[in-house]
Amino acid sequence: MSDTTAVEKAEAEQTPPPTRRQRQAASIAEAASGRIGWMLLKIVLLAIVDAIALYAAFVLFTHHEWVVLALVVLVTVLVNYIYFSRKAVPAKYLTPGVIFLIVFQVFTLLYTGYIGFTNYGTGHNGSKDQAVAALMRSAQERVEDSPAYPVTVVEQLGTLGLLVTDPEDGDISVGTNDQPLAEVDGATMEGGEATAVDGWTSLSFAQVLARSNEIEQLSVPFSDDPNDGAIRTPDGQNGYLYVSSLEYDEAAGTMTDTDSGTVYKDIGTGAFTSADGEELLPGWQITVGFDNFVRAVTDESIRGPLISVTIWTFVFALISVASTFFLGLLLALVFNNTRMRFRNGYRILLILPYAFPAFLSALVWAGMMNESFGFINQVILGGASIPWLTDPVLAKVSVLIVNLWLGFPYMFLVCMGALQGIPDEVNEAGVMDGANPWQIFRQIKLPLLLVTVAPLLISSFAFNFNNFNLIYMLTNGGPRFDDVSIPVGHTDILISMVYKVAFTGQTRDYGLASAFTIIIFIVVAVISIISFRKTKALEELN
Amino acid sequence: MKVNKRGIVAFGAIAAISTLTLAGCASGGADTQGGGEESTDSSLTVWVDAERVDALQGAADAYEDKTGVKVEIVGKDVDTIKDDFIQQVPTGKGPDITMGAHDWLGELSTNGVVAPLELGDSASDYLDVALQASTYDGAVYMLPYAVENIAVLRNADLVAEPATDFADMIAKGKAAGLDQPFVVEQGAEGNPYHLYPFQTAFGAPVFGTDASGSYDAADLQLGSEGGTAFAQWLGEQGAAGVLNTDIDGEIAKQQFLDGKAAFWLTGPWNVGAAVDGGINVEIDPVPSPTDQVASPFAGVKGFFVSSESDNKVAANDFLVNYLGTEDVQLELFKAGNILPALTAAADTAASDPIIAGFQTVGADAVPMPAIPAMGAVWEFWGVAEAAVINGADPAATWQKLADDVAAAIK
Repeated sequence: MSDTTAVEKAEAEQTPPPTRRQRQAASIAEAASGRIGWMLLKIVLLAIVDAIALYAAFVLFTHHEWVVLALVVLVTVLVNYIYFSRKAVPAKYLTPGVIFLIVFQVFTLLYTGYIGFTNYGTGHNGSKDQAVAALMRSAQERVEDSPAYPVTVVEQLGTLGLLVTDPEDGDISVGTNDQPLAEVDGATMEGGEATAVDGWTSLSFAQVLARSNEIEQLSVPFSDDPNDGAIRTPDGQNGYLYVSSLEYDEAAGTMTDTDSGTVYKDIGTGAFTSADGEELLPGWQITVGFDNFVRAVTDESIRGPLISVTIWTFVFALISVASTFFLGLLLALVFNNTRMRFRNGYRILLILPYAFPAFLSALVWAGMMNESFGFINQVILGGASIPWLTDPVLAKVSVLIVNLWLGFPYMFLVCMGALQGIPDEVNEAGVMDGANPWQIFRQIKLPLLLVTVAPLLISSFAFNFNNFNLIYMLTNGGPRFDDVSIPVGHTDILISMVYKVAFTGQTRDYGLASAFTIIIFIVVAVISIISFRKTKALEELN
Repeated sequence: MKVNKRGIVAFGAIAAISTLTLAGCASGGADTQGGGEESTDSSLTVWVDAERVDALQGAADAYEDKTGVKVEIVGKDVDTIKDDFIQQVPTGKGPDITMGAHDWLGELSTNGVVAPLELGDSASDYLDVALQASTYDGAVYMLPYAVENIAVLRNADLVAEPATDFADMIAKGKAAGLDQPFVVEQGAEGNPYHLYPFQTAFGAPVFGTDASGSYDAADLQLGSEGGTAFAQWLGEQGAAGVLNTDIDGEIAKQQFLDGKAAFWLTGPWNVGAAVDGGINVEIDPVPSPTDQVASPFAGVKGFFVSSESDNKVAANDFLVNYLGTEDVQLELFKAGNILPALTAAADTAASDPIIAGFQTVGADAVPMPAIPAMGAVWEFWGVAEAAVINGADPAATWQKLADDVAAAIK
């Protein structure tokens, strides 16, 4: 509404001398705001959307992405209905936002939540079928000192076989998955290798490639004795003799190690496990209920540093919000004074830290705070050796200083805007009533300011609570605790600890990380809700 | 009316972006899916780091000409390639082949995302260390193309002769009037990769090896007597200022380029910078602090085949018979200046004295362990070393390191 009146006001003001351009612009605007123009615009835009959706549907169709395809079609139909129908007026406003919300927020949230209830991570990466296939593949061991057999892939009545030339005695034999190699006569030879034989059709290389998956499964027993192994061909031209060290019994769901006789059973933990608890990896992904959440709070290695890390996280977030807010406010008050010269120049300088990417700044600060080579110790302090980032206490102070530097411009901007929104009459009224400047600030300006700024302070708290970039780039959580067995340090906050616990070394535990994320989300959400409730009281002031 | 219009414009943009994103995601890696249906349709998707796309294009084109299989080379960010591969392969949308490093093998194999490769008789054409590194649990998983190890870069204008041992190196540097003659990349959390040659010189590898020559996670050698002796030595060097955890990669480079350090223990990736900086660089073996050889880690780079590839036959063929040739290995060498893994190509490349220098040092190198247990070692190793350098009690700190690692492996 206010938009429309503003535009009208602007139009009213510029009536006197309409230049040619303005007249053109006005006539376009006129046409567009007319019924037909409006309809045309709507149709053009929807046509563009539909064209893109059609293209997307086509691409998805060729890639057999049925679920996503159905979603795209459904959403497109819905959107067309909403914007062509005369009834669904509220939906016209809400649809774009809702689509964005679902794609970028709801979906990620639900997915994270889902992962939190699975054992997804290193060793539990795919489906059970994939795990079985991978285990069987890696169990193939080439028989030592066996030669490479030139092979030709052949076919008989739809069954694939291998035509094998023995490089040692020149014997030619044929076999399939079910029939062990048997010698044949009358094969067509080419350069000492059999390339075709009566009764079988030889496959060209292109055909071999086309039936890659079948050929991967092709394992021709060398003889009637399974212990002799089988010939397989990884590239369709050369065959090698392999024996398998694992046997899979699909009916019983067990893997047997043929060397040691150990039986690995599927006991519902997402991996084949032997009687004494040894797991065969890769395993597969399963849902594990609340296991991850239980581990997040009871795991020995996590419980140790959890309390001190949690305390530091709160301290860090609170001090960061408070220090940046008060410095920003102070500067805003100073620069709000109209008698100051070059105000805009100073303001631009002050906003600079906000303009740099935060993690770049953190890296630069890490360099400047280096104990023996850093700019601060070498140049500013003339060769002092202050352990800015390596002493437990000083490292925390350094983190707070850098975060203050990074964060105050935002608060400065916000406070400046809010201060300008407070009418001068309030100030004058205070002066009339005999209040001193401090009283005016403390009892009039600050409460009025907080009405607008408080929600931003809460969001700033939530942001700093999870300020992973700063910690990771500046100290990486260091210096480390001496007395715990996970690589967590004095400046680690919850989110960076989660990162270290869930992604230690080569282990990726997405399930545990997601569970932690949900816990942190709940903590931050609860604090935010309580704070928002409290700030409602401030709104009574207006 | 006017507000309404703005709404629809915004909506148009949103819908366009989101449908495009969805379609983009879908088409992103799914090319392999339909691949096997028709022979003319066969294609291989290969992930490589952005710098090597051009080097591989020739081999890809040659392969397409010969077999009709289209090879699509996709440039990827080195830092995310491993995690992307692990996450995407099980969904069936990953590539058929990815470029990688041998120390990923443990992780890739634990996640079941790589398929074994059969080098056949060509196995003997590769450098021993490359073949050893490509083998995991008895099976070859990687087609190696380059071997990388660290060595000492010497500023021949400052110190003319190579050092015979560690003390000699410091002495020669001091004689040349340098305060900090030797630099090596460290940092607040240490850098055990760069200190490993010294550790091996004290006879303390991380893991022992089993009968087949593979590393054995159950045989942790880190805390052996040699390890403690190494920790003592670290402490002494730290106290003397020879090793300093404040020297990170950038500072080490700057010291060397400024001529403030004559010896720099680093890898081939930094040679370019030194040569461009006008330094007369010579490559020396790592001077040992003991009478044993100081063996650095060798990192071997290569290509893996995805376990979910529908085109394994073509993938194997392309890797073994095309990327395993001298021409392609030399192309890749030109793109990265790292010693090729194919012996014939390595010998050709070694006509360059710098490469020859690294090759000589590499002869003593040992493959970096690829077993998953190594991840736990990295987590604690550097910090412990940094603590010792900074004056912590060597024996106690080293013992705690060994205990922490042993606990984490279980």
